[in-house]
Amino acid sequence: MELGHVVVLAGGLSHEREVSLRSGRRVADALRSLDVPVELRDADATLLDSLARDTPDAVFPVLHGAAGEDGSVRGVLELLGIPYVGARPDACRVAWDKPTAKAVVRRAGLNTPASIALPRETFHDLGAASVMDRILAHLGLPLFVKPTRGGSALGTSVIREAADLPAAMVACFGYGDAALIERHIEGTEVAVSVIERDGEPHALPAVEIVTPNGRYDYTARYDSGDTEFVTPARLDPEAAARATEAAVTAHRALGLRDLSRTDLIVSPSGEVHFLEVNVAPGMTETSLLPRAIAAAGLNLADVCRDLLLQLRTP
Amino acid sequence: MEQHTRTDAYVDRYAARAAGMVASEIRALFAVAARPEVVSLAGGMPYVSALPLDTVGAMVGDLISRSGAEVLQYASAQGDPLLRERICEVMSLEGIQACADDVVVTVGAQQGLDLVTRLFVDPGDVVLAEAPSYVGALGTFASYQADVVHVPLDDAGLVPAALRETLERLRRENRRVKFLYTVPTFQNPAGVTLTAARRAQVLEICAEYDVLVIEDNPYGLLGFDHEPMRALRADDADRVVYLGSFSKTIASGLRVGWVLAPHAVRAKLVLAAESAILCPSNFSQLAVREYLTTQPWREQIKDFRELYRERRDTMLDALDAFMPEGCTWTRPAGGFFVWLTLPEGLDSKAMAPRAIAERVAYVPGTGFYADGSGHRHMRISYCYPEPHRIREGVRRLAGVVERELELRDTFGGVAPGGSAGGVHTPGPDTV
Repeated sequence: MELGHVVVLAGGLSHEREVSLRSGRRVADALRSLDVPVELRDADATLLDSLARDTPDAVFPVLHGAAGEDGSVRGVLELLGIPYVGARPDACRVAWDKPTAKAVVRRAGLNTPASIALPRETFHDLGAASVMDRILAHLGLPLFVKPTRGGSALGTSVIREAADLPAAMVACFGYGDAALIERHIEGTEVAVSVIERDGEPHALPAVEIVTPNGRYDYTARYDSGDTEFVTPARLDPEAAARATEAAVTAHRALGLRDLSRTDLIVSPSGEVHFLEVNVAPGMTETSLLPRAIAAAGLNLADVCRDLLLQLRTP
Repeated sequence: MEQHTRTDAYVDRYAARAAGMVASEIRALFAVAARPEVVSLAGGMPYVSALPLDTVGAMVGDLISRSGAEVLQYASAQGDPLLRERICEVMSLEGIQACADDVVVTVGAQQGLDLVTRLFVDPGDVVLAEAPSYVGALGTFASYQADVVHVPLDDAGLVPAALRETLERLRRENRRVKFLYTVPTFQNPAGVTLTAARRAQVLEICAEYDVLVIEDNPYGLLGFDHEPMRALRADDADRVVYLGSFSKTIASGLRVGWVLAPHAVRAKLVLAAESAILCPSNFSQLAVREYLTTQPWREQIKDFRELYRERRDTMLDALDAFMPEGCTWTRPAGGFFVWLTLPEGLDSKAMAPRAIAERVAYVPGTGFYADGSGHRHMRISYCYPEPHRIREGVRRLAGVVERELELRDTFGGVAPGGSAGGVHTPGPDTV
């Protein structure tokens, strides 16, 4: 089958616009290297008219952050009847909301750190100090604070001292109106990407992330230069198998499609904990999914083309 | 076999001076600020659309047809001699008597600053700069591993008593001060202007402590209320190195600036410029020369002044109308910028993502301090957006501040997050 006109959708208005643009350019370049006719488009007010005027055969959404990952743009693509790569809107909505995704994968049998998700109003209405005291009493330290929705580790903090919690909450609420506060598990941080072939999810080798300060934050992801990735992750074979299985389980339980990336922590005892899942994983030159593809002996261009070739019309 | 890779495979090879060159998540946020849905009060971009573009286009076309072989050729590192004479005429508006021989044309004043810093600063040398200071200068100083010591300013510009105190302390500590870097007129980012009385005091103190002064004056001709202020260089030709620019008075895209320096320094600057760029763009230089020779440039600067004055007024009116109690701001008499101080306990850097979500952008104050302090401040600029957008931007910003005040009241004033370290180098749209 020949691939006709493909639109790679990148940019948007989320905080991750810059990352999305980089991801989009990389995917577009990869497809062009295989002579796929690609148009790189921003998700702006001219998009729908342009899609209606010159309807592509398929869309490859590489939009990070809201709209791209919460399923809304994909919902609109379905209205237009344009096939696209990746999970459908309902599944995106569940995966995008981290507390909901945690609940779903827990029911599917995965471990996920104990947590509580609260909107800023709760702190306002019930008194922040009292609420934080109860959280600390219940979850203990260290804690990980992050917006319930969002990516690229924006607005996240590791809390080792109770006194640092208020500042972490304020930083978190800069990026969203609800916070997920979860017990921070020390261990090996790994990302397991899943690619579907013929409707079957296949896990790629786990990528281990090692940061000089132990924090895989925005700077460590995109700017610092000294974040180290180890492929495959240095896990004992049983733990590695469990991590792989966890990513496939999360992909299935959340009803995802085509591709996903699951972030996990593997404790020193080998226990695997689900942190979150991404339905539009980063595709930049420093991102995890392209590293996993390379570690599997594949190349990004072939993987992107194959995902487009196997599209089913929604 | 496991494979180890890094986000940057070259990370171990960079020179020590590259350590200060870090981007930040704030820089990434500006990718959104460039979208039309966002009112950007962040950029320091001049409103070049106000130029008579057809006339300028015809002039440039004619220049190429007439003297393309010269225009498109290499030229001298010091810059075109006739342009340097025109530059002396421009500087005479600020009381400077200069000889074209002592002018070096550079790629914007930014390159002038880079060359001056390269000539004078060894790693660890002290450079004095206003607090806050121009983010692009701090980036340059960081790249030469200077130790920036800030000197406070107030509504009347750099505080002479604080300058003296700082120099005295550094002398006691036996630390070598290479120069004072100052933007005395319509300062970037604070928008304040060093008063005439203080100008004399600053020069006197610098003479007493034998400190060189780098006067960066890109906005000097863009005053709203009176004739241009007399430049520091006008009163001390031996101690002041003057940086000038056509970025704000003609067009920033031409990248034509200059350095006026004492003769010996000028000679070294030419050699440094040669090693950096061989020569500045002859095309840009001759376009500027032609513009200054054939176009009514003084009238055009007046038009720019009127345009920016209206925008300044719009911004100040909107701030008066919308900003919650506890916010204060400067009232610039020229230039591009207002410096806004938030109520106690608020953090402009932490607030930036929320502002972007509300479709308004500004530059957090942290970029204007070498140590990444300045969390309570932000720079907002009125040079680029149309007046109705300025008003809308300030309205949105006020809403963001209100929400942050609520958050502060909920969690109490929390200590601002630390800087990621190093100066966050600006993108060209945020200088």
